[in-house]
Parts: sequence; structure tokens; C-alpha cells
Amino acid sequence: MQPGTGITQPSETAAQGGLFGLSRPARKPKPLGESQARTGLVFIAPAMFLFAVFVILPAVTAFYLSFTEYDILRPARWVGLDNYRRLLDDSLFHRGLRNVTLYTAIYVPSMIAVSLLLASALNRKRPGVVFFRAIYYLPVVTSPVAASTVWMWLLNKDFGVVNQLLGTIGINGPAWLANSRTALYAIIIVTLWQGIGGNMIIYLAGLQGVPNELYEAARLDGANAVQTFRDITWPMLRTTTLFVVTVTLIGSFQLFDQAYVMTQGGPGYATLTPVYHIYSTGFERLQMGYASSQAFIVFLVILFVTIIQLRINRENVFV
Amino acid sequence: MAVSLTRSRAARRKPLSPWFLVREGLYYAVLIVFGIFMMLPFLWSVSTSFKPDDQIFTTPIQWIPTEFTLDQYRSAFETFPFTRYFFNTALIAIGGVVTNLLFGSLAGFAFARLNFPARQALFRALLSSMMIPGVVTLIPTYIILRSWPLFGGNNLLGQGGIGLLNNLAAVVLPGAAGAFAVFMMRQFFLTLPSDLGEAARIDGASEFRIYWEVYLPLCKPALATLGIFTFQAGWNAFLFPLVVLQDPNKSTVQMGLAAFSYSYNTDYGPLMAASVVATLPTILLYLYAQRYFTQGIAFTGNK
Repeated sequence: MQPGTGITQPSETAAQGGLFGLSRPARKPKPLGESQARTGLVFIAPAMFLFAVFVILPAVTAFYLSFTEYDILRPARWVGLDNYRRLLDDSLFHRGLRNVTLYTAIYVPSMIAVSLLLASALNRKRPGVVFFRAIYYLPVVTSPVAASTVWMWLLNKDFGVVNQLLGTIGINGPAWLANSRTALYAIIIVTLWQGIGGNMIIYLAGLQGVPNELYEAARLDGANAVQTFRDITWPMLRTTTLFVVTVTLIGSFQLFDQAYVMTQGGPGYATLTPVYHIYSTGFERLQMGYASSQAFIVFLVILFVTIIQLRINRENVFV
Repeated sequence: MAVSLTRSRAARRKPLSPWFLVREGLYYAVLIVFGIFMMLPFLWSVSTSFKPDDQIFTTPIQWIPTEFTLDQYRSAFETFPFTRYFFNTALIAIGGVVTNLLFGSLAGFAFARLNFPARQALFRALLSSMMIPGVVTLIPTYIILRSWPLFGGNNLLGQGGIGLLNNLAAVVLPGAAGAFAVFMMRQFFLTLPSDLGEAARIDGASEFRIYWEVYLPLCKPALATLGIFTFQAGWNAFLFPLVVLQDPNKSTVQMGLAAFSYSYNTDYGPLMAASVVATLPTILLYLYAQRYFTQGIAFTGNK
């Protein structure tokens, strides 16, 4: 994709001759600031229009809808707090929140640990590290749907690679996705497989920003690898970790694709997620008001967890 | 990691040190084992997709089929119109790339290089929108697209029809000038010297020509990175297309694959063939333009 080649503007202006329009007939001089302000507003207009229509307006509408009953066919009807009252007794929504909380509690720390470990291992000047970086990143570019489909086959009870490999070391693997006790863990493995490479690259960029003198000084002081990591690498990567944790948290609370493709939320709601529940409430049962109240709660949960996480990290700065 | 680096440099002077050999051997062993884990799904799906039916369900694993066949691909394309899905998805992904490069660079240029009222406030508002989880805007966005005036049988007030639903534009439009695109382009424009624009401005060039002829040609690396990122996101998108494209003729590859996987969940041969096909464009793009991928993701983490 060569950007901009499809548009004829450059050749047109070139035909008028002269670099920067020197040979154009002189225009009436305008105050520079005023014309710049006008151009600036014109330049941002498309982006700001879309921002207003597809971010601001939906955010406001979402809040309003959560207090209504709306099925698309009839106009929205104000029902006050009814949707939120109903949420208190909705055991499926509770189940979804519990599932995704367990998922996040395992997924996010594992993600940080593995991606930071890989980044540290590949941040050395050794033959082959570029090759391994490329391999580890490959799953990131695949689609969640295709990855889920392929992993369903890998996790097949009798003929899947995972259980056949486990079999060679004498372990009788479970029916990963058909068993309500293992299904969520299978999804954790699949999403880790797909997400690690991206965060590894982010950590690699972070590691390259750590000044070498710090490590030199640590070496002179006789620090061992664990001390160096604890006292230099980890604190120096705090902003990177903050970013990775925040983005990963927001993503993991909105788990959908893998649960939809691999398990349809089952077996026995073991992999039901809030976004899946919102999808089926809003678009399969057309209860858009009720689905909006669920979305709003998910938003509050994400906001709450993010704030706590930021708070913990800020406290660490002063330790 | 300089500690280990300098240590290994010292060790290299006496390469026969057994401790050094053990450590290096262990290092590569871990990298290779992890690499196999990461590659396993690729190897397994490609291997399955070229096997005849009777070689798919075997114990022990047979990695290289004794007989190569394209039957699984044929069967996948016969069961589901993947060619059509491919075309739809390409339109969506390329549409997203073109609009994001154009609108993102226009707005990014303005935020970086032009003075206008409320510039900082507008930029901050745009930036903070990246923190809003997609699930919050999902339902309202669906309703807004459905009531888009003058499309899909709608009147001026957006009533009477289905608006932009079942229209590929519905997938492109909400993300046509993503906050990420604007932000990334702005950061890049800020790294370019402002003297270039000043010189052209003194020569009487319009702001648009300064943007288009002076700055944009210098942005090729940023545009390539952004374009690749946007393409990947558009190609792999699932939930949003699933919601706004209900007409089977408008399905994307990912929607088609999900439906295929739902209805034929044990036909692993055709399923693997379809998965390979659905993944191929982004994989090829990655192999072709690898450094742009990693530059882009490194940028997101270190703003």
C-alpha cells in the first residue's frame, strides 16, 4: 500500500509549475495566523466529526440507553433503574464477571512475566535473537478467529497435538474445551500465545531505553542477576509496565472472540464473558437497553481496576 | 543486560569454560522449546490442510503427509463462499487504511504544526477517547449506523430503513480516523524540523501544499507502519462486523470462518484450510514488511 498514490493532487499542482507555488499569481495577503487557524480547523474536521459521531455521541447514548427499554422496533421507553435492579439478580451476568475476573487474574500477571522474560532474553547481542523475535511475534498478526479454530484442533481430546505430546510423557490430557474445569484455562493459553509477542516487543523497546551505565555500576558493585533485575530493570521499566498492564487489562475484561469461537461460552457457562452476554442480550434477544446497562457496569469495573492499578504503581514510585 | 553481555565477552576469551557452554546451551534450548510452542499451531494447521481425510485422525502424529492434496482447500471453498468474503474483507481493510492515512495525517499535521483555537484541548479529548472500552460504544454505534440519514431506505431523519447496516462502509466509518492514527501522525510530524514549512510558507505555499508536498513525503515510514497496523486490525476484526453485517453476502473472512467452525466443528481438514487462507494475507504482509510491524508496536508502548 503506497499511501497517497491514488490521488491526483500532486501532479495537478505540479502542472501549475513552480516549487511551492512561486509562479502562481500573487494572492491578496492575509494575516498568517488567521488563515492558519482556518486551515487547521479544516484539517482536523474529518477526524473531529467522526470523533463526535462515533465516540462522544455513543458514550452519551450508552448511558441514556441503560435507563431504557429498547428493542429497535419501538421507541426507547424510560424505565429508570429497572435494568440495574435486574442486573442484581442476573446470575449469568454475575457468572460472566466472575469468569473474566479469574481470567484476568491469571492472564495479566502471566503476560507480564513471560513477555518481560522473553524481552530480557532477546535483548542480548547473540546470533539468532532477531530470528526468535520474529517467530515469537508471528502469532500477533494472526486473527483471533483463525487462531481459535486452529487451537480447537490442537486441543482435540484424542487426536490433537497437545494431548498426543502429553501422551508421550505419560500424561492423559483432558478434553480441554469440553470440560468446564479446563475450558477457561485453555482460553488463557490461546490468548497468551497470541498476545505475548506484542508485549515482548514493547518491553524490548523499553529495555533499549535503560542506560547502560546503570548496569555497569551494578556490575562494579558486584550485584547478581536477580539484584540487577530487581533494582534496575524492573524500576526503569515502570512506565512500560504501566502501559502494558493497562492495555492488557482493558482487553482482557472484554474477552469475546475466543470464547465465541472455541466454546460458545460453555460448557455450562464456564467461559461465558460479559461481552458475550452483552452481545447475546443486545443483538440476539434485542434487549438493547438492558445490554447497555451491562456494558456500563463492565466499563465501571474496568475503570475501577485501572485506577487501583495506577494507584498501586504510583505508590511504588516512592518506595 | 549489559551485565551478562560483559561477562560473556570475558568468557569468550576462554571459550572452553564448561560453565559458559552449559549456560549458552541452556539459553538456546529454552528459546528453541518456546519457539516450537509458538510455531506449533502454524505447523499443525498447514500440515492438516494438505492431508487427505484418512490421514488427519492418526496416532501417533504424522507431521508430513505421505500424499499431498488440495482437497481440503477445495472443500472449504465449496462449502462457504470464501472468495466473496475475501473480497469484502479486503475492501474493509483497504478502506480503513486509506481513510486513516489521509484523515490521520491531516489531523496529525494540524495538531503538530498549525495554530488554531482549542488545539490542546481537542487533542487531549481525542487522546483520552482511546481509554473508552469498545464494549461501551458497541450498541449505540450500531443504533447510529442504523439511523444514518438517507442510506439504506432511511429518510432525512434516519427513519424507515436500515441505514448503513449491511453496508461495508459501516465497518470502515466509525474507525476511519482513529485516535491512534491521529496521535501517531502528530508525534511523527513533531519530529520533523519546522523550518521546512516556514521556508515554504515564506514562498507563499498554502498550508495544504506544505502538508502534501513538503511534509507528507517525509512521513513514508510512519505511514507504512500505520497502514500495516490498520490493515491488520481491519482484516482481523470480528465482533463489530458480526454485529453490523447481517447479510451473509456481506460477511468478512473472519465471520465466515467462525460460522464454518460452528457448523462443521469436526471437519478439521477444511477448517484448517480455511484458517490458513484467513491468516495468509497478514502473515505475508508481516514477512514482507516486518520492521514496520515491530516499529509500530514499539511506538505504542513508549509514548
